[in-house]
Order: sequence, then C-alpha cells, then structure tokens
Amino acid sequence: MPENGQNDRKGDFLMEKKNNKGLADRIPAKVWLLISFLAAMLLWWVLSIIPATSRAFPNVFKVLGSIKTMIDRNVLFKDLSSSLISVCSGYVLGFVIALPVAILMAWYKPVRYIIEPWIQFIRNIPPLAYVPLIVIAAGVGRKPQIIVITIACFLIMCVTIYQGVINVDETLIKAARVLGATDKDIFVRVIAPATLPFILTAIRLGASVALTTLIAAESTGANAGLGMRIRSLNNSFESAPMLLYIIIIGILGITIEKLIKTAERRLTSWQEKREI
Amino acid sequence: MAGEERNLTASDKVRVRIDNVRKVFNTRNGEMVALNGVSLDIHDNEFICVVGPSGCGKSTLLNIIAGLSEPTSGKVYCDGKEVTGTGTERGVVFQQYALFPWLTVKKNVMFALEMRGVKGKAAEEEAMKYLEMVDLAKFADHYPKELSGGMKQRVAIARAYAAEPEVLLMDEPFGALDAQTRTQLQTELLETWEKKRKTCFFITHDVEEAIILAQRVIIMSARPGRIKDIVDIDIPYPRTQETKMTPHFMELKNHIWSQVYQEYLEVRK
Repeated sequence: MPENGQNDRKGDFLMEKKNNKGLADRIPAKVWLLISFLAAMLLWWVLSIIPATSRAFPNVFKVLGSIKTMIDRNVLFKDLSSSLISVCSGYVLGFVIALPVAILMAWYKPVRYIIEPWIQFIRNIPPLAYVPLIVIAAGVGRKPQIIVITIACFLIMCVTIYQGVINVDETLIKAARVLGATDKDIFVRVIAPATLPFILTAIRLGASVALTTLIAAESTGANAGLGMRIRSLNNSFESAPMLLYIIIIGILGITIEKLIKTAERRLTSWQEKREI
Repeated sequence: MAGEERNLTASDKVRVRIDNVRKVFNTRNGEMVALNGVSLDIHDNEFICVVGPSGCGKSTLLNIIAGLSEPTSGKVYCDGKEVTGTGTERGVVFQQYALFPWLTVKKNVMFALEMRGVKGKAAEEEAMKYLEMVDLAKFADHYPKELSGGMKQRVAIARAYAAEPEVLLMDEPFGALDAQTRTQLQTELLETWEKKRKTCFFITHDVEEAIILAQRVIIMSARPGRIKDIVDIDIPYPRTQETKMTPHFMELKNHIWSQVYQEYLEVRK
C-alpha cells in the first residue's frame, strides 16, 4: 500500500470510479441500447400526446402507417433511390477530387498557400446559401444536387486528409530514407499507410456531410428525393410522412457510419490511440 | 583474449572523415551557429561516443553524417566519397525508435531488407535471423504498440543492422529508457558489436554510457558546437557492468564529467 497521502487518495478515487463503472458494465451494451431506444420511444409518445407538440410528432403508428401511404403514392422508393444516387455520386466525386488536392497541398507549399484559405472560407458557409448560384449556373435536375454534395464532401475530406499527410511523423520518413527508400517507396510505403487513418476518418466525415447537405442539395428544384419530399410535405402539413423521412435519413446515416467504423477498426488496429 | 587488439589501434583506415563542418540555422532571432569548425576522423570499426550538453549540436552533426541535413560549409566523406545525401552504408537508430507502427516487428525488419533488394521468403528468413540477434524472434508478429520501449529499440537496432550499413549512427538511442533497460541494452549492443563489427557513432548525454561503450569519447561544447576534447578509453573489451566499478573507469568518468559539467554551466549562463 502506498504510504503517500496523495497517492492514496488517487488510488481511492480510481477505485471508486471503477466501482461505479462496474455497475454500468454489468449490464451488457445491447441491453443499454434497448433501454436507450425505449426511453426515446417513451419521449416520442409523450410528445405525441402533449397538445402543443402532437401536431409535429404524430405517434409511432401514424408514422409507420405513412410508409404505406408513401408507397401507395408511388414516391417512397423513387425518393430513396434518387437521394442515394445524388449522395453517392457527390460523395465519391468529392473524395476523388479531395485526395489528390490534399496531397498536393501537403507537398507543394504554393498549392497550399493558394488553396487552403479558400477551403477554410467556403467550409464555413452553409451550403444552402450558395445553392441558388449553383442552380443559376448548372440549371435544375440531378446536376446541381451532385455539385452541392460534391463541394461539401470535398471541403471536409480535403481538410482531413491534408491534416493527415502533413502530420506524418517526420522521423518515419527519415528512417525510411536512411534505409534506402526512394521517393516512390516513401509515398507508397510510409505516407500512404500513415495517412490511412485520416483518409478513413475523412470518408466517415464525408458520408455524414453528404447526408446533412442533402436537404440543401435537393432544394435545387429536384423532382424526387428524401430532402425534396420533406420540403413538399411541409407545404401540405403532413407531419407523419415527414417524420418518417427524417427517421429514414437518420437510419441511413448511422448505418453508413457503423459500416465505415468497422472498416476503420479493421484497417487501423495497429494505431496506438484510436480517434473518435 | 582478443580484447586488446580490438582497441583503437585496430584500424587506421578512415571510414568517415568530418572536415571543418559548420552549420548555421536561420532562426527568428537571427543566425544560430550550431556547429563550427568540427573535424574528426572516424576509423573503421571504431566505436565513438559523443557527449555534451543539450544544444551542442550533437544531433545536428549526426544528421549531417547521415545525409539528412547539409552542412553550411565543410564536408563529410564516407569511404573517401563526399556525403551528399542518405546512403545505405550509413544506418541510423533514432531516439524515438521510428518503427513503422502499421508493420509487425518482422515486417519492420523486412522493410530494410526489401530496400536492399532481398524479397519474399528470403527476406522473411533473414529478418528472423536479425530478430534472433536481438532476442525478439518470439515477437515477430507483434505490432510495435504491443512492445515496451526497450523492445522497440531492439527492433530498431535489428532493422538498422538488416540494412547492412558500414556505419551505424545512433542518436541517443537509449535516452528514453529506464536505467535497468538501458544497462541491459548497452550490454547487448556491445555483444552485437563484438560479433558483427561496425563503425559506431553514438550520441548520448550519459557519461557512464559513453565510457562503457566507446573507444573514444568526443566531448562537445555548446554555442557554437565544437569538439572540446577527445578522450581515449583504454579499457579493454569485453566490458561488463562490473567495469563501471573499477578505479580507472571512475577516473575517466570524473575527467569527462567535469568537462561536460563545465559546458553545462556555460549553457546555463
């Protein structure tokens, strides 16, 4: 036992914390998830019976019932596929542009000095603000939607990957160089794997940005899409299908995030500390 | 034993020649002279240790010999050829280990072999030999994050050896380790060096470490960094930790330590 008072107290503190944790740990994570789910359902139910909020939050049965309504109207699957096409194309395009730009920015200072301030500048403007300009330039339809999502994805992914490339531990590059590595070896065998965790983070952040930009993207006069439908349902005050669509977007987001996180864990298990 | 003949008279062949090297850094507060007029001949298979207060340019000198940094004036020759960049005949062991965290221990060593053109099965087998040399064959498939600091540095030494350099440059390799691990690695390094002789240029701030390892100890002074004194360590190999108890060792330690301490006081002024 440590005699030192301070150590002692620290020890006690840790013990206490451990005990508290023990209580929470005894219940498996899946059960916690269920509890969390039930709590949300309870809250939803409360909101659906309070007169002030009941119009915005119709109960779960009404919302589930609206699945049929939307299928009958022949729009649900059209909206889903339209949104997924826009999100996926914009996202992939954003990544394909972000990767080389980020690397160029990290390697060539002039490129960095010219591009970086603008990336930071545009990144802080909500996409909804520049949507009209894009519609004026690109017309209505699929094209402006993809452009808006591409821009948003590009910005966040470029910044994240760039951070990764410039944060590659200099000593690792030196170590490779003294072992006889050429520039190509260093790029392929040191910089690429060292940046991989950041690239995966970028892929995850990009997916989330793609979805959150969807509403803005589909305010470009789309004729189908999850975001477009929410806006049009808003005009007819149909809150049940609206809530349904909001939940669908949420489910899409969390599914994509979970998938990417699994891949992240597999590919970067060698890391000392894991990013959140 | 053959200990005697391993001493500094062993080879007159100059492996590395440092010729009047000067290095100036441009900092916000103007020019900073890191090294001034440093000249030194390092003989083949010689073990040299460099001691000095922090900021005396020890690491700068090592980086220049490694080819990772260029001297402002003066030249470094390795085997008579001017050093203009890195080269596989000069290996480096860094204080921060510099292992590739995404590669297993074995693949880290294989990296060095593959750069030399050894591929596939042959590289794997040879990597295992180097890991056996540092007694880490058991950990071949572990990732660096699963190893202690001492083990990481042993992997780094194995990797440096795997590149088969003529000169091994070590920048405070044991600086981040605890006293026991450090002593153990010193012994192991000496054993390895006696088995597979290399020219070693070893930077440390630990005077005892310098004396137990080196044939010559270079004492550097700070601001600007230059060679203050060179002390021949005439203790025969093999040296053990008991060597540290001998009166002669103490004598050398006092002599070197007092000079380093003077420099340390200078820096504090």
